[in-house]
Amino acid sequence: MNNPLRKRFGEQILLMFGREPKRPEEGDIAPAAQKIHFFKQGNRDFIAEKKHARAHAVKKNTWRNRRWATLITANLLFVLSYWLDVQLLEGSLTASRFVGFHLIDLNSALQVMLAHKHIIVNLLIGTGTILVGWALLGGRTFCSWVCPYHLLAEWAEKLHLWLAEKKLVSDAPIDRRLRVVFWLIFALLALGTGYTVYEAISPTGILSRALIYGPGLALLWVIALLFFEVFFSRRAWCRYACPIGLTYGVVGIVSPLRVKYTLEGCFHEGDCRKVCLVPHVLDTVIKGRAVDTEVPIGPDCTRCGLCVDTCPSGSLKFDVKGLSKLL
Amino acid sequence: MSDDPKDSPSAAPEPAASSPAPRKPALTAAQRMSRERQQQARRRVLHTILLSGGVMGAALSGWLPLAYAQRQRLRPPGALDEKDFLASCIKCGQCVQVCPVNAIKLADLVDGFGVGAPYIAARDQACDFSCDAVQCILACPTGALTYHKPDFLKPRSGAGLAAKPVLKAKQKDPEPTLNLTERIGVARLTRPESCLALQGKGFKGQARGADFKGRMRYMEVDRWKPIPVADHPYDVPECDLCVRECPVAQAISIETVTLADGRQRRQPVVHEPCVGCGVCEMVCPVEQAAIEVVPREVWRA
Repeated sequence: MNNPLRKRFGEQILLMFGREPKRPEEGDIAPAAQKIHFFKQGNRDFIAEKKHARAHAVKKNTWRNRRWATLITANLLFVLSYWLDVQLLEGSLTASRFVGFHLIDLNSALQVMLAHKHIIVNLLIGTGTILVGWALLGGRTFCSWVCPYHLLAEWAEKLHLWLAEKKLVSDAPIDRRLRVVFWLIFALLALGTGYTVYEAISPTGILSRALIYGPGLALLWVIALLFFEVFFSRRAWCRYACPIGLTYGVVGIVSPLRVKYTLEGCFHEGDCRKVCLVPHVLDTVIKGRAVDTEVPIGPDCTRCGLCVDTCPSGSLKFDVKGLSKLL
Repeated sequence: MSDDPKDSPSAAPEPAASSPAPRKPALTAAQRMSRERQQQARRRVLHTILLSGGVMGAALSGWLPLAYAQRQRLRPPGALDEKDFLASCIKCGQCVQVCPVNAIKLADLVDGFGVGAPYIAARDQACDFSCDAVQCILACPTGALTYHKPDFLKPRSGAGLAAKPVLKAKQKDPEPTLNLTERIGVARLTRPESCLALQGKGFKGQARGADFKGRMRYMEVDRWKPIPVADHPYDVPECDLCVRECPVAQAISIETVTLADGRQRRQPVVHEPCVGCGVCEMVCPVEQAAIEVVPREVWRA
């Protein structure tokens, strides 16, 4: 990793904790990238190429479909496992056993550890497995590929955008630092009250249990959240509140699986940022901001692939660090 | 961050960058822009407060009933003491999944004692140890249900069992005991006036009527397959259903008790090995049950 990318790596972590993205200093941009930035300035061929691509852009949903299939399958596996009594994936998203092997959600495990202050071996094994698993698969990949609330929120987002287009609602952005504050408050509440307070309102846990063990009144809270997202603030829970997202985000810092941005073909039209759950991670696609010719997207990215689907120039692609060099 | 990314080259430069334009109209435009920005910022603060308030309110409303702990619930076997149990339960429901008689339920929002935490409503479906090995304890990933309490969690006085309880169903097995060291409650004759044995009455028919969904294993029917209580009618000259169906040996018996005024009567008497499983409460044929399990109750001689 060269210097501009190393510097950006650190900044991306701060970005996850709520800092606003900044335009990089000229000195922080690699010469090769500077050359491309310069080449794109008012280049007629490039503008023509862009117009052509725009006119012939085909809407793809490849990654979205794969992701929805995965998300539904994962949650269905829990449900069917219990209903058909096949004991393949027992439990719910907070803690489960896959063919007998313990899997424990990191945020739930953290809440229990802080509240109970005693860790048994099974808890440690389950947490360790999930930690390693999601560190390899990208951390917040959990959010968009597994979390059932994410899917509902995606549909609520569609409704929000439709209403926004009709000027019936407008998106109210919220301070992203709030998520860190929530994370700390819930950690302190668990530690102080000796009770896993967050679990009572976790839409992920509530939905997962509702799917497996039948619906309950706790779903009202999930509905209230979706209502807030449709009428007040786009994707508010996932963007500004969910401590699970931050926990997995931290795990994903070291992940080799991420979306990679290639500067050269990018038309800088920002379609990707319009569909993104966490557009601050795509700051690098703004004209003149890429610090190198190839830039990995930061750890707050949920690897949902919407940007990969949307990008008309193929500048955003899934990438496994080291693997592309190997192949 | 601003809503609309100013990516396209046709978009106006950001106001901060428009400093070399000191002409009058441009300045007012910039001022208007900054006022709008201020408004945006104010709205953002307002929504931030709204979301924070909502989330914290919901979180605390789920927790407050716990702080008051007005409602006692029977927890599954091997549960830690209430506070530790709620601290360590990860609300995954694996205990629910392994129970052969579906005795374990998960709490809802209005129950106010931990959304997703397991409990047993013994009158509807008691734990009859059909699984022989207390599967829920084996399934628990966090030790909220456990065979071996950690050393720093001392059992409350009277909660500990004098000896591991002998399971009637396993009495002929080489290892007849249940691996339980603490009780989850104690059965009490809470409504002696309605107890049939006490009135000298017998009982004939389905213990809880034809519509009752509860299940239980009857050794004489099938050790490994619990059947509905409704499918197992009784005909007894003196009602002893609670004693007859108690899964634990020597936990309850019908005794002749001498009252203070010298009168004698027959009634069920609970003994020290009672673990608080709730089978007596489930099969008690009178409405409401004459005998009930008091959750978290300890043994008093």
